[in-house]
Amino acid sequence: MSKKVLMQGNQAVAEAAIVAGVKVCAGYPITPSTEVVELLARKMPSHGGRFIQMEDEIASIGAIIGASAAGKKAMTATSGPGFSLMQELLGYAAMVEIPIVIYNAQRVGPSTGGATKPQQGDIMQTKWGSHGESPRIALCPSSVEEAYKLTITAFNLSEKYMVPVVILGDETLAHIRESITIPEPDSFEIINRRTDAVPQEEYLPYKVDDTCIPVLPPLGGGYRYNISGMIHGDKGVPNLAPDVIDSCITRINNKLKKYYGDIVMVEKIEKKGSKIAILAYGSTARPVKSAIEMAKKNGIKVDFLRPITIWPFPEREVKEMASKVDKILVPEMNIEGQVAGLVKQSVEGAAEVIQFSKVSGLPLYAEEIYHQIIKINRGEK
Amino acid sequence: MSKLDKYLRLDQFPHFACSGCGHGVALAAMVRAIDKLGLDQNTTVMVCAIGCAGRLPVYLNFPSIRTPHGRALTVATGIKLANPELKVIVFMGDGDAGAIGGNHLIHAARRNIDLTAIIAINEIYGMTGGQYAPTTQPGHLASTAPFGMIEPPMDICKLVEAAGASFVARGDIYRVVELEKLMLKAISHKGFSVVEALTNCPTQFGRRNKNSKPSEMIKKIKEMTITKKQAEVFSKEELEHKLIRGILVEKERPEYIEEYDRITNFNKEVS
Repeated sequence: MSKKVLMQGNQAVAEAAIVAGVKVCAGYPITPSTEVVELLARKMPSHGGRFIQMEDEIASIGAIIGASAAGKKAMTATSGPGFSLMQELLGYAAMVEIPIVIYNAQRVGPSTGGATKPQQGDIMQTKWGSHGESPRIALCPSSVEEAYKLTITAFNLSEKYMVPVVILGDETLAHIRESITIPEPDSFEIINRRTDAVPQEEYLPYKVDDTCIPVLPPLGGGYRYNISGMIHGDKGVPNLAPDVIDSCITRINNKLKKYYGDIVMVEKIEKKGSKIAILAYGSTARPVKSAIEMAKKNGIKVDFLRPITIWPFPEREVKEMASKVDKILVPEMNIEGQVAGLVKQSVEGAAEVIQFSKVSGLPLYAEEIYHQIIKINRGEK
Repeated sequence: MSKLDKYLRLDQFPHFACSGCGHGVALAAMVRAIDKLGLDQNTTVMVCAIGCAGRLPVYLNFPSIRTPHGRALTVATGIKLANPELKVIVFMGDGDAGAIGGNHLIHAARRNIDLTAIIAINEIYGMTGGQYAPTTQPGHLASTAPFGMIEPPMDICKLVEAAGASFVARGDIYRVVELEKLMLKAISHKGFSVVEALTNCPTQFGRRNKNSKPSEMIKKIKEMTITKKQAEVFSKEELEHKLIRGILVEKERPEYIEEYDRITNFNKEVS
């Protein structure tokens, strides 16, 4: 039976990780994510899992990569400064195709910034913070209930596509408490990575079938192969032949494209005849929805699109929306319009993209967004 | 065909090491120690990172993982947390273990997690072309110390002892039988064990320091180390340029994962 409980965002992530089957969590204390590691430190041993507090965030992500390479589902939780430190090994995990889950409760940056204030400033860092080019999936929950569900989705996608998955929350979502409905744990589909490796004699770790996803048995589980962050061919050993470099980088970066439909999730509310749309993600989507309701009461129709998956970016859905409306408002808690830029790129001029920034460390308010809608409707923006 | 061939990824040869490099001697001593211990090749995991030493385990036919520079011990810690039944050996160079990975080394030792760290000390960053290492002795030349090294060298054995490693030993590639025995003891020790293996780098270190003949370099390494017993009769001045070899620390201390499982009443049933 499902149950209704009062839960904090961070708590939802920790509880759901256990349901998803996390067996190793390594972390380093950092506000506003710390409740996740505190809860997992307490709960994991009784669920057959181990928690460790490492010496820093570099070590934390290193430990979860090791644990996952040895076959166990593993996660860490952090915020901006820690996430910056993790970039080196985030790129490594993507390169060697070891699945891990990172929860990043975004806080005001740059640098130490503000530990207890929200921001949506890590969108680009999530995808591009590590050197070179490598794949990621990033999910943006906008409610505590969704944080719970998407944590399970994060583990599933990570295992299915052998890729690091980042849950991008923010301070507001991390610390808000909401009444949520949790389904029975066994009602969730739990996906585990493939284990159908060919026999050792024929086995090559990075020789993929038509799924494009490698089968990597647990290290120490009977298969003797090498995992390396250096450019590698099918054998997994260093190889800098031009064709090997090309195929290694191309394959890891393209493998998710094949699965766009399975990975990219959006929430969409469309109304007939709307000329304005708002694209919002994460906790920001909540006041946006209220603002759209306020506009509706005053006779202004506004469409709504919420990327639940932010990486890969839902460019098809955004383009589709742009073909219908004239203007797309993108409110977000960062100064440069990190997602507004992606929207502009996706719409290819089909609609005007209007950026609305708020970086005061306060969440966006419905009234502020409503005010923007009025201005756009009057043609002032 | 040698009886040790089964431990090699023969298809990866020829190897990349320069002629006269001592790293292979240390690696071979480790392989012989593993063979003598009769460890299961499938459940002995090699972890390494970057640098000349860091690349060597790729030539070995064990499950292996090569991490970014300095991070080998963090990944090894995770492997052990996921599956404590595995034997995990981490092969590193002095820059890898002592500089970029220094913090991880301290904390792995402090936890006394059951890993073996084998650290090849050659005083130089060979792979990148001869820059100084945290172990470079005063006055020695490196491409980034063209006027001579002025930083005091790091004594990794003393560092890990202070941090809490329960087995610490130092050997050298001249006394290869002794080195193998030290490695054997380290690998069979429960807890965090460290073996420093003094080796030579003729190409990057020797060439700059007017001693690039491998046999001469090895002779110098031979003279650099003394036993604990010899040290007792040496004066303070005489000891200054000597390193003590042999087992430096061997004690029983609670191992991290055993302690964790005990205190948390770890439930293996549901794992």
